[in-house]
Amino acid sequence: MKTTGFLRLGLLLSLLIIACSGGDTETRVEAGNREGVLHFGNYGEPQGLDPHIVTGVPEHYILTSLFEGLVTKNPYTLDIEPGVAESWEISEDGLTYTFHFRDDAKWSNGDPVTAEDFRWSFQRATSPLLGSEYSYMYYPIVSAEAYNSGNLADFDQVGVKVLDELTLQLQLHSPTPYLLQLLDHYSLFPVHRATVEAFGDATDRLSNWAREGNIVTNGSFVLTEWQINSHIRVEKNPLYWDADKVKLNAIVFYPTENQITEERMFRDGQLHWTREIPLEKIPAYQQDQPEVTRIAPYLGSYFYMMNTTRPPLDDARIRRALAMAVDRDLIAETVTQGVYRGSTSLVPPGTKGYEPPKTFSFDPEGARQLLAEAGYPDGEGFPAFDLLYNTHEDHRKIAVAIQQMWMQNLNITVNLVNQEWKVYLDSQNNMNYQVARRGWIGDYVDPYTFLGMYITDGGNNKTGFSNARYDEIILSQAPSELDQEKRYKLYREAETILLEEMPILPIFTYQYKHLASTNLKGMPDNIMDYYNWKYAYLEPDK
Amino acid sequence: MNSTQHSELLDNIIRGTSLWEDALYRLRQNKLAMIGMVYLIFMVIICLLTPWIAPYGYEEQNLRLGAVPPNAEHWLGTDTFGRDMLTRILYGGRLSLLVGFIATAVALVIGVTYGAIAGYAGGKTDNVMMRLVDIFYALPYMIFIILLMVVFGRNLLLLFLAIGAVEWLVMARIVRGQIQSLRQQEYVEAAMSLGLSPAAIIIKHLIPNALGPVIVYTTLTIPNVMLLEAFLSFLGLGIQPPQSSWGVLISYGVETMEEYPWLLIFPGLALTLTLFALNFLGDGLRDALDPKASKD
Amino acid sequence: MWRFIGFRVLQAIPVILSVITVTFFLVRAAPGGPFDTEKAVSEQVRAALEARYQLDLPLHEQYLSYLGDLFRGDMGPSFYYPGRSVNDLIFQGLPITAELGFYALLFALFIGSLAGVFAALKPNSAQDYVPMSIAMVGICMPSFLLGPLLVLVFGIWLDVMPISGWGNSPGDKVLPSITLGAMYAAYIARLSRSGMLEVMNQDYLRTARAKGLPEHVVVLKHALRGGLLPVISYLGPAFAALLSGSFVVETVFQIPGLGRFYIQAAFNRDYTMILGTTVFLSTLIVVFNLLSDIAAAWLNPRLRYQFRN
Repeated sequence: MKTTGFLRLGLLLSLLIIACSGGDTETRVEAGNREGVLHFGNYGEPQGLDPHIVTGVPEHYILTSLFEGLVTKNPYTLDIEPGVAESWEISEDGLTYTFHFRDDAKWSNGDPVTAEDFRWSFQRATSPLLGSEYSYMYYPIVSAEAYNSGNLADFDQVGVKVLDELTLQLQLHSPTPYLLQLLDHYSLFPVHRATVEAFGDATDRLSNWAREGNIVTNGSFVLTEWQINSHIRVEKNPLYWDADKVKLNAIVFYPTENQITEERMFRDGQLHWTREIPLEKIPAYQQDQPEVTRIAPYLGSYFYMMNTTRPPLDDARIRRALAMAVDRDLIAETVTQGVYRGSTSLVPPGTKGYEPPKTFSFDPEGARQLLAEAGYPDGEGFPAFDLLYNTHEDHRKIAVAIQQMWMQNLNITVNLVNQEWKVYLDSQNNMNYQVARRGWIGDYVDPYTFLGMYITDGGNNKTGFSNARYDEIILSQAPSELDQEKRYKLYREAETILLEEMPILPIFTYQYKHLASTNLKGMPDNIMDYYNWKYAYLEPDK
Repeated sequence: MNSTQHSELLDNIIRGTSLWEDALYRLRQNKLAMIGMVYLIFMVIICLLTPWIAPYGYEEQNLRLGAVPPNAEHWLGTDTFGRDMLTRILYGGRLSLLVGFIATAVALVIGVTYGAIAGYAGGKTDNVMMRLVDIFYALPYMIFIILLMVVFGRNLLLLFLAIGAVEWLVMARIVRGQIQSLRQQEYVEAAMSLGLSPAAIIIKHLIPNALGPVIVYTTLTIPNVMLLEAFLSFLGLGIQPPQSSWGVLISYGVETMEEYPWLLIFPGLALTLTLFALNFLGDGLRDALDPKASKD
Repeated sequence: MWRFIGFRVLQAIPVILSVITVTFFLVRAAPGGPFDTEKAVSEQVRAALEARYQLDLPLHEQYLSYLGDLFRGDMGPSFYYPGRSVNDLIFQGLPITAELGFYALLFALFIGSLAGVFAALKPNSAQDYVPMSIAMVGICMPSFLLGPLLVLVFGIWLDVMPISGWGNSPGDKVLPSITLGAMYAAYIARLSRSGMLEVMNQDYLRTARAKGLPEHVVVLKHALRGGLLPVISYLGPAFAALLSGSFVVETVFQIPGLGRFYIQAAFNRDYTMILGTTVFLSTLIVVFNLLSDIAAAWLNPRLRYQFRN
């Protein structure tokens, strides 16, 4: 009869569908192991690939495969290694750096990489018209800040000198121990002048020069495919001076915004490496598959910043009370599954041997006393405030836990507000918030990368915090102190001031969390979560 | 039929029945619709009583406990913060049903007013008004709602308005159709010749008689509204934490469905069963009030 | 027939125009400009950028300029991806969403009509109740619940389906298509069932049966045409609903289609992208509604007069 005919047809179709799927075909990861192609979960779609304009972390991993700066780093030790510069000298007073370029460094179109390329690139990056958000990285160089703020018109007065075709000299206005590390940041990478100028003004942010088909680069890989929201593929650059050392044939970057999907992709054999691990899955992975679980200390701080210009948070006692009422260790252990560590300082402990001061700890009773002193005994009459965080599952979970702790320990009401990234930044920049979540990853390994944020009116301050002594230490005393012991003493004094005023509420230090295929080698754990693509390679399955 | 039904039928034939009694009779025959109605009444009652009957505080956390499956102390288990799921689902129901009823009410008020005016006025006014409805009907409402929520921020009031603003269209069309046909009736002409104002005629005569289909579609709009709210919450645009509707609870449950499946199953069941009940009831009402009407 | 088509096309134009206008002004009212960044940007740069994007012009001038560009098919540069145009982005995501929508529609039409006709053949029996109850599930279970459940059952527990990706492994298009199509399959099942029921008792069918034609010929040749008419009319709104539904399915399965682009653009305050996508999708919907009305009118001439009144 007709109905059974339909049924038979339907059954056949479903069997057909199931047969065509799953199955025993080679996974993408297996194919990659064979072909030397790394499939890398890179969290988000990059906004662009112009190293002087972009600001994000996904961009970083792609840019370090495409470009190379004066120096690079060893991923095992984080020691500085030669990049475009094969050797350099530092003057005794620490103010002059002279770099000698190798003669076989080439752009992907065959042009040699010269000192002039770098001089021009530095000029472009610090040009006030380009508006690079990382231009402050150049400020240790003489007059770079003046040029960047538009107060100096002539770049020749800035401390970047081309001594000859393959020699570049940098003049600093104070000895900067972390300068070489700075040079490995993508904002100090060179760009190919002829290419940039072929597509428009050097300072045109909307130019097309950094797209597939147009872009010219000098790194170990070249860009071959870029499909937005799908993938970015880079392939080994045969013209790279150290091409012999590069073992991978290609890297494919995937914008895996959703942690859950990313983890599934890993399980399905579609990724060698994930950017994150969903918190709830960590215990199972640590127990059943520790060999793919990579959790290690990361140079970053997770804290809440407070708008000190708005009552009631303009009272330091209240800010300290809020800090003392949070049981960070409990949250770290339960909500973050032990991945983050509770912290009571801005600078992560142990940063290049630096030990931060400890000025407070979890003390709900003490917190209540402070709150009472400030005029709100038992939280009575305390106005509710908004806690702002950028939309993300992890931040939500932490905020919910802390909100409840404030309710329980201080009897105050806090509203949770989440905004997506752009709006969240807007709110911060305009001081349109009361308490906001903030994370800061160090740009280089030195406490200064954290402490430098809170100078008066600093671009990254955004809390209204201002302390003359703090400014004095950070801006003049510490940078001129060559002796590390003495410098760290100054840092501790500054950080103590910061923690007593408490414009920021320290919560955690980060650990990063990745899943990594066991076939992937040459990407060791390090505190900057830094990868040097030259060292990475894939071991084929036996 | 058995003897009770037989005598009931005889009674009805002798007494004569009104439209409503007929409808009620047919409705009661529809088992699915009756089950749906009972379930709904039960749901509404326990959600109303939630602040008094919920076993735990809504935000009470027990971080050390974490997520545990259903047991004696927590009948539906706990979530990753150690919060009781039964409590959260009850409060979630309050919110979901609240959004459902209020947004539907908004749609109802706008739709009925608009449709009644168009239907009564007729002619050119009616034409223009219905053209406008056609225009709005053709638009991708999801896009506009997302835009609205993103542009103006996520607050509850805006959510009601945005959802209501999308759902009123069908209501307007139905009401207009009804009013149009009713308008031709003789008693309306009588009322007009008596000098009653258009507003009085609409309110006292037309709308009460158009009530049938309005009730049906109101009942069918509520689940659509609840689904829409759930979608928006899933995208992060609807209800914001720490408030949680069923849609929000489901989206959290999806994140951890492998580790803690009860966090997905129970809110999922709550939402799906409630929507079932509403749909069955709506279908039943439609069948009861006009068995000849075509579905959808 | 041509008068009918012409009339409908004329009606479509003000619709599209109002969509453009409303969206344009709505988007401009949004807080959070496209140039807000973690490290603060100087005034000079902000001014230069605003000039480049024409944001420094008075609002009505921006609007007119945008209309002009649109007429030439240029939807402008993306705010979020410097160096990319909105056209680029839309036409990158479109094929994927189109494919997803097509498979979903295929699934919905096939399974839905099958189920509906099947149920209509023996009304009020198990053959009727079972498919219709399953259909109800399709209506009552949101796609962001159904999708993950399907993944859980077929992808993880039974391990017969890939659990993510689109076009990476064979068969990974199945679950997303089913998830998206489920609700419409349910609606189509109900529509075709009621359509068939209405038609099944008609006189012309009784004549056909009296003539001695076998039942399946009666159904296929005569009943189906009339019974499926409501389904054809539903295709227009179904298309619009499918597009909206794809937003969520693309998010759940991380498919790089237009829906996901749109949601990202909304969160990123990519004004031009939001505007472009809205206009594009709305136009598509209007066109599709138009085609669906024309198809219905062609199949049933009575409708041409109904529409005009």
